[in-house]
Amino acid sequence: MISRRSFCKKTLLIAGGLAIPLSALEIFDPGRLEAEKTDGKPTRWVFLVDTEKCVGCGFCVKACKTENEVPYDANVTRTWVERYAVTKDGKTHIDSPKGARDGFQTTKFDIGEGKFEEIKSQDIDKAFFVPKLCNQCDNPPCVQVCPVGATYQTKDGVVLVDRTWCIGCGYCVMGCPYGVRFFHPVYHVAEKCNFCYHRISKGMKTACVGACAFGARRIGNIKDPGDPVTRVIMTERVNVLKEEYGTKPQVFYLGLTKEVR
Amino acid sequence: MVHGEAWTLKEFFTYPNEYIYWTIQIVMYPFMTGLVAGAFVLSSLYHVFEVKALKGIARFSLVFSFALLPVAMLPLMLHLQQPQRGIEVMMTPHFTSAIAAFGIVFSTYGMIVASELWFVYRKHFVETAQGLKILSEKTPVQKFQQLLFSALTLGARDISHEALEADERAVKKLAGAGIPVACFLHGYAGFIFGSVKANALWMTPLMPVIFICSAVVSGVALCILTYIVTMEIRKFLAKRKKAAYPDLPSPEELKSAEVHVVTMTAKYLLMFMVAAITLELLDLIFRGYTAVKSWDILRSVIYERDFVNIFVIQYGLGNLVPFVMFLLPGLTIRRAAAGSTLVLLGVFMMRWNVVIGGQAFSSSLSGFMHYVLPIVPDSVETFKEGLCGALVVAVVPFCIFWVLNKVMPVFKETH
Amino acid sequence: MKSHVWRPLYVVLIVIGAVLVLRKIMVPSDFGIGARGYMYGWHRDGNEKDWKKVTVKYQGAEYCKECHKDKWDEIKQSPHANISCENCHGPALGHPDDPRSLPIDRKRELCARCHFRLEYPTSGRGHIRGIDPRTHNPGLECVTCHWPHDPRKEGHHK
Repeated sequence: MISRRSFCKKTLLIAGGLAIPLSALEIFDPGRLEAEKTDGKPTRWVFLVDTEKCVGCGFCVKACKTENEVPYDANVTRTWVERYAVTKDGKTHIDSPKGARDGFQTTKFDIGEGKFEEIKSQDIDKAFFVPKLCNQCDNPPCVQVCPVGATYQTKDGVVLVDRTWCIGCGYCVMGCPYGVRFFHPVYHVAEKCNFCYHRISKGMKTACVGACAFGARRIGNIKDPGDPVTRVIMTERVNVLKEEYGTKPQVFYLGLTKEVR
Repeated sequence: MVHGEAWTLKEFFTYPNEYIYWTIQIVMYPFMTGLVAGAFVLSSLYHVFEVKALKGIARFSLVFSFALLPVAMLPLMLHLQQPQRGIEVMMTPHFTSAIAAFGIVFSTYGMIVASELWFVYRKHFVETAQGLKILSEKTPVQKFQQLLFSALTLGARDISHEALEADERAVKKLAGAGIPVACFLHGYAGFIFGSVKANALWMTPLMPVIFICSAVVSGVALCILTYIVTMEIRKFLAKRKKAAYPDLPSPEELKSAEVHVVTMTAKYLLMFMVAAITLELLDLIFRGYTAVKSWDILRSVIYERDFVNIFVIQYGLGNLVPFVMFLLPGLTIRRAAAGSTLVLLGVFMMRWNVVIGGQAFSSSLSGFMHYVLPIVPDSVETFKEGLCGALVVAVVPFCIFWVLNKVMPVFKETH
Repeated sequence: MKSHVWRPLYVVLIVIGAVLVLRKIMVPSDFGIGARGYMYGWHRDGNEKDWKKVTVKYQGAEYCKECHKDKWDEIKQSPHANISCENCHGPALGHPDDPRSLPIDRKRELCARCHFRLEYPTSGRGHIRGIDPRTHNPGLECVTCHWPHDPRKEGHHK
């Protein structure tokens, strides 16, 4: 049987010992929510891609690289366009030469390692273009796996990367099912599309939306019922990429079919 | 060239930003932490479960486990794009990420092993410090040694029988507590891969368990191998110095002790090998049976592109052949050494096939990526993430072990 | 606690203390849980402002309207109405202060982005009239014969 004195001693010891790790928990205090004043309406950015309208000109990719200072010659890009061609033999051919930075100026499909495959127009049953960019998911798996809190989601739904804090482990790059993340060749930290956060926060449109002459790319605020993009998402048949992963992507596609990866 | 471009060959349709980002260093990391965990478990088999036959190797594997610890960090430092920020994992850990566990688990494990080593070697520290203290004339090296050993005693100089018994009890408790921590140290590495839903090959709840089992396998195999090599050195030295130091054990005495220890340890090795291979085959069978969306491309990676890596090298040379070698009656030291080497090869290939194999196919499930290991470095990047970087990581633990042996000798009888 | 077995624990506590002190020094004071909680919002708050401060390069379609009204009106009633000026003239940046004038990209590859003929009937691309640059006046700038601000008009034949 433990003596009263010994019991008191041991309790104080445990309490004192717990104080150290508990004090470290101060930073995890869930009660410390930021009292952010909402300037105007609540905002949640969403994107709308119309694959029927995209012609594969690649101006969006060029504009994005310029606006966001991703080196033009580097083989990485925040956004890209994929070309799909389903031939009469049932095969699906897909390519995205340099992310469609220079558009699609050949009928040959880039199949990697410097090789090309000629696809004759008469063999094609259907062909179309699919622009891709970061989905700014509601359940972003890339944010979940960041070990240091360098990538995070803002209140308005955009997922950002803190270039001063990222350690460059690459877990977020591996964690993204859509392949939108990469290492910035100059800053050597994780990088991805951020809906031109510096532009949309000023009321401008993203660089890719501005560059698209065909209306294939549109950005809007899902919390604003009057937003035309919101109207389309709510009333027309839209789809998202890789829904089965549970990421809740916020880029909606018109004309997304089963061939699209 | 962007990061990854130098060593990735892309075939068919891959997303533009896809490259092989996790390369040889990420293969080395679980391999090294596996050795750490395995060596520790082996040592604990003696201290906790009192498998007397393992006494000879217990101390050895504990010191080696500690020598491997800093090396476990090395591949990560070489891989990180911003290694100077690596400490952020301890400063602002995001515990929803398995990698964030690294900071806590690594430190906890390090502290347990360090403490256990302290208890095991305390008598040696005290005796050495006292022996140096009574010397009237000390060389600078001896002065440093006296300072070092005095500091290492942490002021606890009582080496009476009761004090040493207290040490033994503490060692037992620490070894017991350390087993789940060692499992966690490697289990979380498995979780890092197993929880990535974006990767069709990695995503499986079996991954942490597979990693732990193969970690123990590698740790035990490495200890057998290093033990054999060290015994050979001891026999060689014993022969040479027999005349000067007649009380050293004779080569024959060393040899008989050696075979016994190796045979006992090999039994444990086989048990864990069976566990590891069962889980891996289970995973493979399930994938083929359920045949989900990713199965088409995974099948082509596993059974065609990586067939040699997986079935010939990992399962064949790395599992089946050593299994037979250890089971055949009349186990010799040479056969045990060869078998252990092959087991280590098998475990290494398992890490390779998981890490590199998981990046061999695109997330688009319509293309492949081929990893070309940089052999001759032409930049800092290809040095760090190529063969040279891997060799550095492979060699450093032995250097550290050599240094540690000077402070905590593994073969001197201190009890 | 008189027994020497607790000595290593003291060392451990010192190490933990050192790490906590280091954290206090190293971690920025605005680092914490954001609006999206711990899982999705663990970050340095100041970074959001950092991203908002990035320089805007493309000023957008309406930017050119005021000073270049003639060209604006011309292009807006042509089949090229929806093409942004900056697609062919590059980002406006601080124009007219800096740069004083914007380049004019006359390369064939620029026009071929849309006008390289691809027979894709199920895509908007299939509805754009185009040519094969390898056979259609190779080496010659498109603007020699075609006026980009209104492709129905003849080029300036320079």
